[in-house]
Amino acid sequence: MQTEQRAKAEPRHEPGYVTPEVNIYETKDGYVVEAEMPGVHKDGLEITLEDNEITLVGRRQNETVAGTPLFRERVLADYRRVFEIDPAIDAGKIAARMDQGVLTLTLPKSEEVKPRKIAVG
Amino acid sequence: MNSLIRWSRPELATWPSFGRLTDLRNEIDRLFESPLAEMARSARLFSGWTPSLDLYEDKDRLVVKVEVPGMKREDIDVSLHEGCLSISGERKGEEKYKEADVYRAERFFGRFQRTVALPAPVAADKVTAQYQDGILTVTLPKTEEAKPRRIDVNVN
Repeated sequence: MQTEQRAKAEPRHEPGYVTPEVNIYETKDGYVVEAEMPGVHKDGLEITLEDNEITLVGRRQNETVAGTPLFRERVLADYRRVFEIDPAIDAGKIAARMDQGVLTLTLPKSEEVKPRKIAVG
Repeated sequence: MNSLIRWSRPELATWPSFGRLTDLRNEIDRLFESPLAEMARSARLFSGWTPSLDLYEDKDRLVVKVEVPGMKREDIDVSLHEGCLSISGERKGEEKYKEADVYRAERFFGRFQRTVALPAPVAADKVTAQYQDGILTVTLPKTEEAKPRRIDVNVN
């Protein structure tokens, strides 16, 4: 079952931030966004909903200094990504969970737009 | 840009260069009017998963940090062999989304392996590994011989 309008996820570049990699799924109940933010604890999350946009910001915890870097590939910047959301989403029921650096955002659709089975009499 | 940095030659990348690369990407994006990150991501599909790794040293120990978010502890393997530290594992996708429509699939699922040659001998029996907030931290204490030692100079 597909809706016309979908959660749009065009990556926009955010200077000074890392764009987290995401997976987005749609089920009949709503959308699920998984965003990779290694180094971010749930206290470092800032999720804001404004008009039809949801902004995910993940701030890295201050890591203890581990010595002199000999080899460095990680980018120790905070994460940020903005998504335009489907108006069918019930903003009051958005839920977030953080587990081992992966943010899982559940965005349920409001009851009216959920596909409904009509019994044939 | 993070995907591109992963494939760059491993060398010390510090804040200023990150800023410059960011500007460069903006320029290139504008030139082609297509987000470069998208191309970088599709390229990664064919080359698998190379988690970012940092290696730090202080006088007593070496510390390796690897970004492997969303793993289960038991799916991460850490091993030490002839002065090389290997970190490998497998990240499994969530079964419950098998039936769902997928709009974006940027996360990599499957196996990875990283191996790093250690610059100093370490005490293998004292190595510890900790997994928190998606970052694996391996602490490798140096052997007594490898630690810097202060030698008193006797003056007659």
